[in-house]
Amino acid sequence: MDGMQIASAIFLILMLAFLFPRAKQMFFNSPKAESGDWSAALVPLLGVVGFIILLVWLVSQ
Amino acid sequence: MNNYNPSISTTSAVSINKVLRNTYMLLSITLLFSAITAMVSMVLQVSHMVSLICSFGALGLIWLVLPRTAHSAAGIGVVFAITGLLGFGLGPILNHYLALSNGPQLIATSLGGTGVIFMALSGYVLTTKRDFSFMGGFLMVGLIIAVLAMVANIFLQIPALSLALSAAIILIMSGFILFDTSRIINGGESNYVNATVSLYLSLYNIFVSLLHLLGVFGGDE
Repeated sequence: MDGMQIASAIFLILMLAFLFPRAKQMFFNSPKAESGDWSAALVPLLGVVGFIILLVWLVSQ
Repeated sequence: MNNYNPSISTTSAVSINKVLRNTYMLLSITLLFSAITAMVSMVLQVSHMVSLICSFGALGLIWLVLPRTAHSAAGIGVVFAITGLLGFGLGPILNHYLALSNGPQLIATSLGGTGVIFMALSGYVLTTKRDFSFMGGFLMVGLIIAVLAMVANIFLQIPALSLALSAAIILIMSGFILFDTSRIINGGESNYVNATVSLYLSLYNIFVSLLHLLGVFGGDE
């Protein structure tokens, strides 16, 4: 275990401390999804997955 | 009785368009600025520890300074400081990939891929005008789980987990682009300084994670 790994772990733990209160607040106060909302979000995200697979395929040729 | 007031609706649309325009303008300038600081850092051949110190500095600014300055002109200077530090911190990573035989191609593909993802997702939200604010809690929980797994992987050093985390970060940050853009166009975010930092962080993380994925599958690591 070197200093770089310890410093990286400290950085990520600090990031968690920064994110946690915001996550809690957003989790409990976000509006509920209505019908069709999740599918509207999943369509572009699946497009991103397909695009990443395409890029990986292109660079591995 | 009809409560619809067209003048209020028009004013609101004008102010939303102004936030959107200012956000994209500041985002493009800060991306250019962080590209310049990344080039300076590459030329200076700074170490990974310097890169980490820059990340600490950027986190400190986002955490402690940005909330106090986001509503003043000083906020713009803070955005430049955050993006400059993060760009400078990219230097050692870019130098590492440039040392690979197809390094320049990998970096260019990651950069182009990040741009395509951002434009496609932003275009999708701007066209459909859907409200993705319901995703906020889900995305934050996903991000916390990913960061916890990253901490674990510093000690476990599992390559497959590292790859899975890069893929997960790309998806989570893509979700944040949908979330942040929809918040701007639906009036949930009226501060372009905060909006710029949120979008910049999504782009930064997508670029770094995509570079990692492409480096593993297409590089000679």
